[in-house]
Amino acid sequence: MNMVFIISAIVTIVGISTPILLAATGELVVEKSGVLNLGIEGLMLVGAVTGFAVTFTTFNPWLGVLAAAAAGASASMVFAVLVLSLGSNQVATGLALAIFGIGLSTLIGAGFVGIIVPPFTSIFPDVLAKDPSWRVLFGYSPLVYMALAIVAAVGWFLKYTRAGLVLRAVGENDLSAHSIGYSVIGIRYGAIAFGGALAGIAGCYFSMVITPMWAEQMTAGRGWIALALVVFAGWKTRRLLVGAYFFGMLMTLELYAKATGFLYLPSQFWAAMPYIMAIVVLAIISFRDRSGSEAPACLGKPFVPNT
Amino acid sequence: MRIKLEKRAEPSRVMLFATPIVAVILTMIIGAVLFDALGYDGQRTVKEIFFTPVLASYKWLDVAARAAPLIIIALGLSLGNQAKVWNIGAEGQYIVGALCGAIVAYFTQSVTGSWVIIPMMLAGIVGGAAWAAIPAMLKTKFNVNEVLTSLMLVYVALQVLSYIVTGPLKDPHGQNFPQTAPFTDAQLLPRAIGNIIPPGLLVALILMLGFWLVVSRSVYGFEVRVVGAAPSAARYAGFNASSTVWSTMLISGGMAGLAGILEATSQLGQLNLGFPSGYGFTAIIVSFLGRLHPVGVFIAGIVLAITYVGGQVAQTVVHVPSASGGVFQALMLFLILAADILVRYKVRLVRGAA
Repeated sequence: MNMVFIISAIVTIVGISTPILLAATGELVVEKSGVLNLGIEGLMLVGAVTGFAVTFTTFNPWLGVLAAAAAGASASMVFAVLVLSLGSNQVATGLALAIFGIGLSTLIGAGFVGIIVPPFTSIFPDVLAKDPSWRVLFGYSPLVYMALAIVAAVGWFLKYTRAGLVLRAVGENDLSAHSIGYSVIGIRYGAIAFGGALAGIAGCYFSMVITPMWAEQMTAGRGWIALALVVFAGWKTRRLLVGAYFFGMLMTLELYAKATGFLYLPSQFWAAMPYIMAIVVLAIISFRDRSGSEAPACLGKPFVPNT
Repeated sequence: MRIKLEKRAEPSRVMLFATPIVAVILTMIIGAVLFDALGYDGQRTVKEIFFTPVLASYKWLDVAARAAPLIIIALGLSLGNQAKVWNIGAEGQYIVGALCGAIVAYFTQSVTGSWVIIPMMLAGIVGGAAWAAIPAMLKTKFNVNEVLTSLMLVYVALQVLSYIVTGPLKDPHGQNFPQTAPFTDAQLLPRAIGNIIPPGLLVALILMLGFWLVVSRSVYGFEVRVVGAAPSAARYAGFNASSTVWSTMLISGGMAGLAGILEATSQLGQLNLGFPSGYGFTAIIVSFLGRLHPVGVFIAGIVLAITYVGGQVAQTVVHVPSASGGVFQALMLFLILAADILVRYKVRLVRGAA
């Protein structure tokens, strides 16, 4: 274990965990408002294909990121209208969103298969970004720093701002929040749009940073991991980071296993590892929190005002 | 004028039957507009996806063959959905069921009697049920949300399949392709009995009647509905929610496993990396479109099978991507869920402001 290996491992882990961190941060806000959006995987794919397509047409990766966020937010509105305005079942609707996103992204992306865009690489000078040691701080795509800033901002928003308090109140006790005059449905629309935007950005990380190309279902189930990550974090922003890096580590092991065939186990074992560990972790967390006290009290329940 | 929703005292039966039909029709209209917007011939796409498989009699067998796994899986899922037990991982149970059947096939290659199909089917059911037992156990013992665990297990199942067909069960004469040895003649079911009905659809038909009896005529069917609709009432009545989770999970897993091994023995004749087909996910749509009712599920299964077959037709004729069928299927689920509001509420136009 030398320094170079450790640094390259850290760089890989931080990079690979960024999309699940972003998507999970968005989902955290959605769930804090009392809504369970299972459609993350579909939203990520819509973001991935949109980000790629816009980057390819405009040669501006920032426009790509913006478009990915907009696409994720708009796609999530389909879900929002159904569960908020029409009171449909959140589990089934979220699932429909996932299936829809997978199909729609494949449809849109059909013309973009096999094309590559310049990767969205570091904004720092090569002296820092390519330096064997300094790259541990400066060698990432701008999206990585953006993700960390967003996590910090969301943590601060939820904990210290009045709006954050209202959002949490809507998720903990929708009827009380409604009776003191807050628009439960309106706030939930906002939360879902924000979650959709972050899922969209998370998706474009796959098509613009990890591999600068579009491939069908390229997010490969990471959207579901992001959902598990929110539970793992106990709906607390800070713990999202710990969880994301934990899953990032497992995904990195898979990459190394594929590249070198090490650890004498079939590569499929390592590919399944993040999912197996997600299940194990969910079991441990849920067992410790049997009463469900950590989850927002109104999570998954439709809002029905007594009027 | 504004729209006012009034809660109905009783869910509307008319709407219960009408909404799935409305959902399918709206899917065609919205789908056509969407495909036009994406630069394809929307009207033609809808025609090929929804009508060609119905009008062209040589496509009927194909539709029937694809409807079979969808119906069998969805029958099981509907039971769980009634109890609000969300088994989202039927795709994984479908794969593991087929794998377990293939393992039996591997060890019985020298058997010439066609009785060997019976242990293969049983292995499929047991395999699927065992895979579903994991989320059931986690739900009842550790209070883990079954939605996430059953889903994660799909991805684990994909890796297990990949390992088995590239490792232990790899066909030694398969030119290094990731696939199992072809099933022997004794291990195969006909693609269609008498060239009319695929064996899977016959099984689906029998199971439909079985599920209908259980759901509408047995105490167990009643228990499942009460646990789903009114958990506290169920507790007072002495129904055990935990055992409902177990039973619905095991039944839906077993059904998915059976569908998997039926598909493998009657349609494919071996297992390979291309085996996972998304039937486990589409079956969720079938279950909702069929209103969680066995007969409804049977009809919905055929509708969704039409979109699968039609999707392929549209791919070759209108040159839309293969995912088009999936887009229509998701639209259908969105619309049936949206239309649900008509079952529970009366929509009225009222004069004046709120």
